[in-house]
Amino acid sequence: MANVTLRNVRKTYTGGFEAIKGVNVDVADGQFCVLVGPSGCGKSTLLRMVAGLETVTGGEIDIGGRVVNQVEPADRDIAMVFQNYALYPHMSVYNNMAYGLRNRGMAEAEVKTRVEEAARVLELAPMLERKPRQLSGGQRQRVAMGRAIVRQPKVFLFDEPLSNLDAKLRIAMRVEIRKLQRRLNTTSIYVTHDQLEAMTLADVLVVMNGGQVEQVGNPLAIYEKPATTFVASFIGAPPMNLMSTRTDEIKSQLGGSASEAGILGIRPEDFAITDQTPAGGVALPLMVEAIERVGAETFVYGSRAQDEQRVAATPGELPPGEVIVRIPGTEAPAIGARIRVAAVRPKLHLFSGDGRTRIEA
Amino acid sequence: MQKQAIFQSKLLPCALVAPQLAIVLIFFYWPALQAVIQSFLLQDAFGLSSTFVWLDNYIELFKDPAYFEAIVRTFFFSFAIAVSSLSFALLLAVMADKPLRGSMLYRTLLIWPYAVAPPVVGVLWIFMLHPSLGVLSRYLRGLGVDWNPLLDGNQAAALIILAAAWKQISYNFLFFLAGLQAIPKSVFEAAAIDGARPMRRFWTVTFPLLSPTIFFLLVVNIVYAFFDTFGIIDTMTRGGPGTSTVTLVYKVYSDGLLGGNLGSSAAQSVILMVMVIVLTGIQFRFVERKVTY
Repeated sequence: MANVTLRNVRKTYTGGFEAIKGVNVDVADGQFCVLVGPSGCGKSTLLRMVAGLETVTGGEIDIGGRVVNQVEPADRDIAMVFQNYALYPHMSVYNNMAYGLRNRGMAEAEVKTRVEEAARVLELAPMLERKPRQLSGGQRQRVAMGRAIVRQPKVFLFDEPLSNLDAKLRIAMRVEIRKLQRRLNTTSIYVTHDQLEAMTLADVLVVMNGGQVEQVGNPLAIYEKPATTFVASFIGAPPMNLMSTRTDEIKSQLGGSASEAGILGIRPEDFAITDQTPAGGVALPLMVEAIERVGAETFVYGSRAQDEQRVAATPGELPPGEVIVRIPGTEAPAIGARIRVAAVRPKLHLFSGDGRTRIEA
Repeated sequence: MQKQAIFQSKLLPCALVAPQLAIVLIFFYWPALQAVIQSFLLQDAFGLSSTFVWLDNYIELFKDPAYFEAIVRTFFFSFAIAVSSLSFALLLAVMADKPLRGSMLYRTLLIWPYAVAPPVVGVLWIFMLHPSLGVLSRYLRGLGVDWNPLLDGNQAAALIILAAAWKQISYNFLFFLAGLQAIPKSVFEAAAIDGARPMRRFWTVTFPLLSPTIFFLLVVNIVYAFFDTFGIIDTMTRGGPGTSTVTLVYKVYSDGLLGGNLGSSAAQSVILMVMVIVLTGIQFRFVERKVTY
């Protein structure tokens, strides 16, 4: 059991490339922390620094009250699950799990107890004598998990452990990882680029971009109050609609200081198709360009007549003037129809013109 | 499913294969057949007439203690060359696999010796270790070693093994490096996190995962030591002193071309041919099933 604290952690490669630009994160004992961000944002590098597989060029990494910057991976009392599982191909499932215990000189009887217990929990008991190549992707994933849990480490580190699984299995394993972590109550750091995985797993969500932390917090709090336009468009699928507040159409509806903010964000599900304009809210006329029906809900892609001004956005960026509206059920307007959508005042998000600051209206 | 080209007539495919077949027939099957026939013949001292003697040449050979010595010596040389060159190459490959500055440069430098022909290797090493000319010989004597491979058979053998192993290191290094790079880095990282120190990591993870490569190279190195060391032996010791560095291949040459006993020489080459066939068989059989773990 341990907390993990990152204090102004930096990573600069020889050659000057700065992969991590001063990260501060505090993961309390037993918490599940998820690092999320687009590829190349430094999240995996950061995790590998916690594991001791990458050197730390600035700041401190603290595990359970001990600064581990100069400590070998073996002595950090952590366990890691890799994206490709990194099982030892020449060892049986049993030996894969026992390897870390034997390296620490544990008595064979105790090794057996621990491995068998882990195998029972992960339903691997019938395949202990098999080699990794004789297992399916999901089973290999379980072995990788088993190898981590038998050690009973202070911290679990997960590096995109589910990205090699098919969609169904990924959801099932996601739930299992969460349940397992709850039961063992071991501090965990989990890296993913999948915002849905991040939202569902995290106690603490860390959104990263370009080697920096954009926002840290409870996933729902982040969803409801994204601190930057990057977070706004990265968390949530489909992404938040972002538009300039400076066009006449929106300026007149927002009024006052809000219209000076710079960028207005509205989540697709906060729109409703209606002819009314809620007081203080925003209504937009749209022409329907595409419809996606997924059963429980329908996404309407519309274009606005005016507003071609690009706003500072980011991943999942929409073309200027395009708006996504999410409506329940399968009823939808026809393609080419002209509709009017509106969102109420409390559902509006305002950001500064560069997208770096959230403005509370 | 194999891709098959469809030809209208049989003439064109035959014409296309003919040059290759001709080369194999003229330069391999024809001499091989000659050797087999020759091995049943006994020639007079001037090479003017020959008598058909059935298996006498073979029987003579197996009665000859010198031939047995050559067999034992060849196996010993092969084993020593393969083991020393494999282990040294593996050490170098493990070192070179680390991501260090200038790795391309020293990897290239390590591969170069492979481009040196065996006789040249022999000459290079004799320059360094010749008892009266050699640079290193001076230092060896300075250290109190009575170094004279021209008189001491064991030293001559050591010299041959050294030179032959040195030349093969590059080849082995190349395969080991490729083998190491084919192992996902995360496996080593997982082992590091699992608390295995570098030495233990090597013996419990790297070595077993390289075992297919090691086995392949072992066969290749034995074949090399058996047959391709002729040039080295010929330039360095000519089989001497005495017969202390005469291997099977060298004996074929010295008995036949120097000793004029063509019948025995032919019989020896037939025996060698059988050995090559067996070794190649082993190689195909095991190397084809790549994954052994």
